[in-house]
Amino acid sequence: MAEEAKDLQVQETEKQEVVESGAERTRDRACFVPRADIYETNDSITVVADMPGVDENSVDITLEQEVLTINGYTTPVEPEGYRLAYAEYRVGDYQRRFTLSEQIDRDEIEAVMKDGVLFLHLPKVEPTTRKITVKTG
Amino acid sequence: MLMRPYRSFWSPWREMECLRRDMNRLFARMPTSFVGEVAPTYPAMNVWTDEDGAIVTAELPGVVPDDIDISVVGDTLTLKGSRQPDELEEGATYHRRERRYGTFTRAFQLPFQVEPDQVEATFGNGVLQISLPRAEEDKPKKIAVKAG
Repeated sequence: MAEEAKDLQVQETEKQEVVESGAERTRDRACFVPRADIYETNDSITVVADMPGVDENSVDITLEQEVLTINGYTTPVEPEGYRLAYAEYRVGDYQRRFTLSEQIDRDEIEAVMKDGVLFLHLPKVEPTTRKITVKTG
Repeated sequence: MLMRPYRSFWSPWREMECLRRDMNRLFARMPTSFVGEVAPTYPAMNVWTDEDGAIVTAELPGVVPDDIDISVVGDTLTLKGSRQPDELEEGATYHRRERRYGTFTRAFQLPFQVEPDQVEATFGNGVLQISLPRAEEDKPKKIAVKAG
């Protein structure tokens, strides 16, 4: 679908922090919720998450039961000898959890990390439940 | 209301004036984005400085380096660019749509003149880093103090 290019607003710049509930994270860094798009086709679900500063080796994706957890780790980039004069954003790790309703083929999950954006392709599995028809006796 | 030992006229305007002054003081301390005085801007930038220049970093995930336009005039850095939407196949439906796309423009004024020929920009993992060295004529000159 074609949409006009519109100007990005300030909602983009403010990062939402993960609310700690229950167990804390072991790393002593701020943790943010990455913005994500989720779209679904007939045979797969794709999750696209914005995680700037994360490369392909620092992403941790786990699928347990029906909960998909995405963890992205960043290393702080502080130029040597420089002093931070003005900061509008904070640097930290990323975490997001999704509950998937569909059956996912775990062997065929693909993840691609490009330019700070994670593309997670989750192919669906054929439903194993059979419809049982009721005959009149 | 305070009980005063001597009689004085209580003026409601004085109370209002005190209240107005206190509220002004309260709002002046709040971050500006909350009050909405500053126009919203994208992308967010961090600025690192030392004596010889500055490094400006911005988070631009999913932006292709060809779509980024950086220009430096005097002491002002202008960052322009656009982010393309994802290509979707036929029959795809969205569950969530949080990532935005579009064009952005940001102009940033630095506290010194920049040497335009030596500006360098690198883009890795969605983070843009621009190094802006200070112009020679703008560097502070040390003045020796002679005894005498």
